[in-house]
Amino acid sequence: MSASHRLAAAPASRSTRAGTHLWVAQRVTAMILAIAVVVHLVTILIAVRGGLSAAEILARTQGNGAWFAFYVVFALAAGLHGAIGLRGIAAEWLGWRGRGFDLAWLAIGLVTGLFGIRAAYGLFA
Amino acid sequence: MVEGGVLKVSVWRGDAEGGRLERYEVPARANQTVLDVVTHIQRELDPSLAYRFACRVGMCGSCAMVVNGRARWTCRTHVKKVARDGELELRPLANLPVIRDLATDMAPFFDKWTRAQGTFQPKDSPDGTVPEEFHVVPPATPKRQAADAGIECIGCGVCYASCDIVAWNGEYLGPAALNRAWTLVNDVRDGARKERLEAVAGDAGCHACHSTQSCTERCPKGIDPSGAIAGLKRTLFWNVFGIER
Amino acid sequence: MRPDPRPRTHPTYVAFLVHRISGLLLALFLPLHFWALSRAIAGEDALEGFLRWTDSGTVKAMETILVVLLAAHLAGGLRVLALEFLGWRSAQKTMVAASAGIAFATGLLFLLNVV
Repeated sequence: MSASHRLAAAPASRSTRAGTHLWVAQRVTAMILAIAVVVHLVTILIAVRGGLSAAEILARTQGNGAWFAFYVVFALAAGLHGAIGLRGIAAEWLGWRGRGFDLAWLAIGLVTGLFGIRAAYGLFA
Repeated sequence: MVEGGVLKVSVWRGDAEGGRLERYEVPARANQTVLDVVTHIQRELDPSLAYRFACRVGMCGSCAMVVNGRARWTCRTHVKKVARDGELELRPLANLPVIRDLATDMAPFFDKWTRAQGTFQPKDSPDGTVPEEFHVVPPATPKRQAADAGIECIGCGVCYASCDIVAWNGEYLGPAALNRAWTLVNDVRDGARKERLEAVAGDAGCHACHSTQSCTERCPKGIDPSGAIAGLKRTLFWNVFGIER
Repeated sequence: MRPDPRPRTHPTYVAFLVHRISGLLLALFLPLHFWALSRAIAGEDALEGFLRWTDSGTVKAMETILVVLLAAHLAGGLRVLALEFLGWRSAQKTMVAASAGIAFATGLLFLLNVV
């Protein structure tokens, strides 16, 4: 086998790196959400007993920095995770592929996360 | 299935432009493979039927087709096991261009094999000369076991035809190509790790896999391409953080 | 052309579909959820008003479905993470079954707590 048979070292193309990073982001947010969702479900199951009231919710969240921090992380992770997931569905079932769509989904993810932080702040302040 | 009865066989006939199912009646026998049925049709009923086979004994993978919705080797599929009410439906292997009738063009399948850097590049002899010493690879090491689990692949295309991501994502390399890449990633004698990992990453690579595990479910050799792809994902994950695992 | 269901009946494929569809529905629900919670910005009464609107049987039924979807997506996701990061191959089918169980159990718990 001559030297010319050696595989050319392909420079890390932007798209494979982007693809890898999106996958990593999806899995890392998934791990964060795994914990956050369990906490969320347990909180829900306890809170809905005897009916849910605004007073009850606010008593827990108002002025509580820990809950606020939790919801900030939760909202950002959920927003990004959902957007990356939707990107995959759109690419495979609608054929929406390309850098334009990637940026759009990222923007949607961040905006959704910010929308959630806004809601969390409303419960904190 | 009673000997002396009749099988009602629908066979897809056509080419790249399109086609339709045509019906044939084939005598049922006690021991009959789907390949026997196809052969009967071509020899006794319609000599214009195009199909592929070679070894007839489950070694070459040439006879792969879609039988009653699932990709299989027809020479190893007994009619008894798949025919419902004596009905069979035969189509060419999915996710590949059709040449004619039941024969598909395997070129895209093998092109993706190449694109996934599915060839061994010896570390010890970059210029191709035979090294002085054998490279000792203990068979019980985890890496060698991981490689051995996937090296029996004969490139039949059943996994590729069974994968929905291949159907939905034209660039996706597919389970066979990625499985082969994984065997080489685990080959300690291989020197093209960096190029190979680069080739199998991203939306056309292992990251497009959604673990439906149809490939592992259908592989006639019991290979686990799904597990191999998970391995590639793991390796690439640590790679992002500069860790070689 | 309708997809052929015949090659798509094994447990891990069904699990993929459930995971994808639950994720899609949850992703579409999320902005609504954030909007509802943001009622709090307008004050406690605004939030309380919204919560009383959710007291209807129909809404409670929808909420139960959402809880099931969330639990199913979580359980299925853990199965995928186990496959991808831990290499757990042999227990995949068991994990699919367990995911379904956990999802319905969570939904049931929610329903029992809320009626």
